[in-house]
Amino acid sequence: MYRRSAAYRIFSVINYIFLGLLMAVCLMPVVHVFFSSISDPALLKVHTGLVAWPLGRPTLKGYGIVLGNSRIARSYMNTVFYVGSSTALGVFLTMMGGYVLSRRNFLLKKPIMVFITFTMMFNGGLIPFYLVVKGLGWLDTPLAVIVPGCLSVFNIVLMRTAMMGISDSLYESAVLDGAGHFTCFCRIAAPLSKPTIAAIVLFSAVAQWNSWFQAMIFLKSRKLFPLQLVVREILVENNTTSVTSGADVTSGALSQNLYKYLVQYSTVIVTILPIICIYPFLQKYFVNGIMVGSLKE
Amino acid sequence: MEKKIKTPKESFGLRIKRDFTKNWQIYVMILPVLLYFLIFSYLPMAGIVIAFQKFSPALGILKSPFIGLKNFTDFFGSYYCGRLIGNTLLLGTATLIFAFPCPVILALLLNEVYNKAYKKAVQTISYLPYFISMVVICGLIKNFTASDGFVTQIIVALGGEKRNLLADPALFRPVYVISDIWKNVGFNSIIYLAALSGVNQELYEAAAIDGAGRWKQTIHVTLPGIAPTVIIMLVLAMGGLFNVGFEKVILLYNSMTMETADVIQSFVYRKGLTDANFGYSTAVGLFNSVINTILLLTANRISRKVTETSLF
Repeated sequence: MYRRSAAYRIFSVINYIFLGLLMAVCLMPVVHVFFSSISDPALLKVHTGLVAWPLGRPTLKGYGIVLGNSRIARSYMNTVFYVGSSTALGVFLTMMGGYVLSRRNFLLKKPIMVFITFTMMFNGGLIPFYLVVKGLGWLDTPLAVIVPGCLSVFNIVLMRTAMMGISDSLYESAVLDGAGHFTCFCRIAAPLSKPTIAAIVLFSAVAQWNSWFQAMIFLKSRKLFPLQLVVREILVENNTTSVTSGADVTSGALSQNLYKYLVQYSTVIVTILPIICIYPFLQKYFVNGIMVGSLKE
Repeated sequence: MEKKIKTPKESFGLRIKRDFTKNWQIYVMILPVLLYFLIFSYLPMAGIVIAFQKFSPALGILKSPFIGLKNFTDFFGSYYCGRLIGNTLLLGTATLIFAFPCPVILALLLNEVYNKAYKKAVQTISYLPYFISMVVICGLIKNFTASDGFVTQIIVALGGEKRNLLADPALFRPVYVISDIWKNVGFNSIIYLAALSGVNQELYEAAAIDGAGRWKQTIHVTLPGIAPTVIIMLVLAMGGLFNVGFEKVILLYNSMTMETADVIQSFVYRKGLTDANFGYSTAVGLFNSVINTILLLTANRISRKVTETSLF
């Protein structure tokens, strides 16, 4: 067996070390951000380099500022609302689309498949898309972030593949009992494809939680901003004044400057926390979803 | 099994009509899905006509004057044209060359890990960056590559110069590609791991009997086994060559790095939505979409010829 050869053993050791380094590289930024977010702000401000342990006495001050800030709280609520409604709408439509396209006798199955998959190959581009949403009168309304983009061809095909696995005899006996398509959909197709539905719920929710571009181009009012837009301002544009100027914790430009990094790091943790919490599920369902999606019909 | 009775004389329209009275519910169910794609995919395609107009929002699509190919000739004649195409191509190619092989290699290395717990740990942790939002990732990249950021410090320790890495046009592409690998390598390896688990184990035994070591087995059994998957993914990647992740570009670039960072889509966004130059920017966007489609179809055809695997 090759596993006993000296050369393979040397390779194995190097391989394990290399993969260990890879883990460190993937984990390091999260560790750095977490420990920075609970560090002493004064020490953090002058510290350079990796923070692999809290600097000074651990403090939750950064989280206090971030969670107490009305703008962040509001954008958090907005994001939860956008994620919830966009996912609900998108998944519902995906299920119906998947059901219809999975039925063998449906006459328009082929043309509709072509109609849908063509959109993967060619699109009108950003500006016409923008003008359509504008034409609907949705600019600066929540609808502009909830509806466009809630459906994806990939998810519909995934749903369809799952529902095609349902045996015809189930439908036939239901039809004999007088069931129409609505009943077949609600009582047979939907309950029998729960794992795929769960995967698609997660796909959509994560995508929506992380999305920012659509909100940036369609929303003007600050009160409608999702979390990612506020995070962009704090983190990417490096502007924490709107957060640190909350009169309760700080006074004057000096302390605003002091809390700047602390606020940035705490914001990151608050933003990625929900993702980390559902991570075990994500891993399971995303991996399964990808496997199903990779099967050729 | 109910057999469909063929009645060739009956027209398609008539069959639909009959089917509709019987199965109207199924038509009701698919209607919102069709409307969605009609409104958000096909209506914008129709909106492409403004690429040939001197479009003004006040006049609308119907009344804006047509100016033929002027928007296109303006773009191809402009200083930006060469720079944007060059940047898009370079960033796309660099990602393809450096980032594409990484997940394949990672999957091969993971395949040699026999300690199940260790393998699981590597997978779990390396998938993590994929799920973090682009905004946060770019915020972290900015933080780490600032003049006192910790990536910069590593570079300084290795003899580099202390400065803000994202202010240097020469470093934009490396930063973009390396961070891309970091974010996606773990997650993208999933599909290859799936392919690896599908390789017939008997082939390894046969190769071992023939005296092939692990390296030879990898070359002659493993790689041919996952080749179809690799090629499909390569086709997808090549089709997306001109479809550079412009969200990341928009988040990372600044006035100092514009000359290497600005790609076609970020230009479309800026011209169209910041400067409200709709017709012109639609024309530039159309140019990009057409190239994308051609690339995708070409790559697909090549793949079908060479390996008999294709997307469509």
